[in-house]
Amino acid sequence: MSDMSTTMTADNGASQTLDFHASGDYHAPNGTLLGFWIYLMSDCLIFACLFATFGVLGREYAGGPTAAQVLELPIVALNTTLLLFSSITYGFAVLEMRANRQGLMMMWLAITGLLGAGFIGLELTEFAHLISIGAGPQRSAFLSSFFTLVGTHGLHVTCGLIWLVTLMVQVSKKGLIPANKRRLMCLSMFWHFLDLIWVGVFSFVYLMGVLP
Amino acid sequence: MSAPTDSPHDHHDEHDTEHDGVEAIHVTLKGYMTGFGLAAILTFIPFFLVMSGAFAKSGPADALILLLAGIQIVVHMIYFLHMSTKSEGGWNMLAFVFTVVLVVITLSGSIWIMYHLNDNMMPWTMQNARNEP
Repeated sequence: MSDMSTTMTADNGASQTLDFHASGDYHAPNGTLLGFWIYLMSDCLIFACLFATFGVLGREYAGGPTAAQVLELPIVALNTTLLLFSSITYGFAVLEMRANRQGLMMMWLAITGLLGAGFIGLELTEFAHLISIGAGPQRSAFLSSFFTLVGTHGLHVTCGLIWLVTLMVQVSKKGLIPANKRRLMCLSMFWHFLDLIWVGVFSFVYLMGVLP
Repeated sequence: MSAPTDSPHDHHDEHDTEHDGVEAIHVTLKGYMTGFGLAAILTFIPFFLVMSGAFAKSGPADALILLLAGIQIVVHMIYFLHMSTKSEGGWNMLAFVFTVVLVVITLSGSIWIMYHLNDNMMPWTMQNARNEP
């Protein structure tokens, strides 16, 4: 905008007072982070719909197993711990990225990835156990909505893990170039966002589900 | 151009790949540790209360769990996602507030309406009859 007004003043040969554009507007230096944030917000709406579905159907057991009977809180507590620790280790990776210490950053990213993989592993074990005892997603409305909500979150974490590995390969090949730093910040937002969604999942689905 | 370009008056920074807003986000070890500590406490309390069987009945328990989850989400927002009214010139906050409005409408609306539908339209069964006062 300022370029345009400068051209106009140059063409007219007039003084700077011709610059009638508001100059105090904020321009996002690079729209990537803001755009990614807006993506996260739209993702938030997907989860809101799934939470609403679970809120409506979560107690419709259809004569099948209830939440208190099939959900095991110790596993969920361990899963929550893994995800929370993976959040803080990603935070450490971001701090090392800022300090341009690539080796340490890669170490923290690897730890984050392992914690995330542990989370997915436990969740898949839980799902396999539920399906094996006949409490699969087709059993009741409660289990359908449970598998959809928790599964969608797990799918997001899996995508985050693939992204994490991809970024680690990219950083090892190209180093901490600005583009890679930007990507790492996007994944940081994604990863912390998934932890935030998990807070809703363990509170709304697991803790409130097992209460009588 | 060598100065930090998070100033709103600098119109040239969009051409500068070195300063693309990534460095503008303020991250500190103290911030991450505070967030982690608060999140750990806010996770531990509801898990402990539910797993120890302190809650005999839902109702107030649900409200407490939801309240703690709400606080923890705010903690995550501030310390992990680095949300503030200043980030990205307020556009982050605008998008977030809009999302919160939609989420609240979706959740409360669905649960409210479906609860009443259930109340009014469930077929009459012996189960219902037994629960009648």
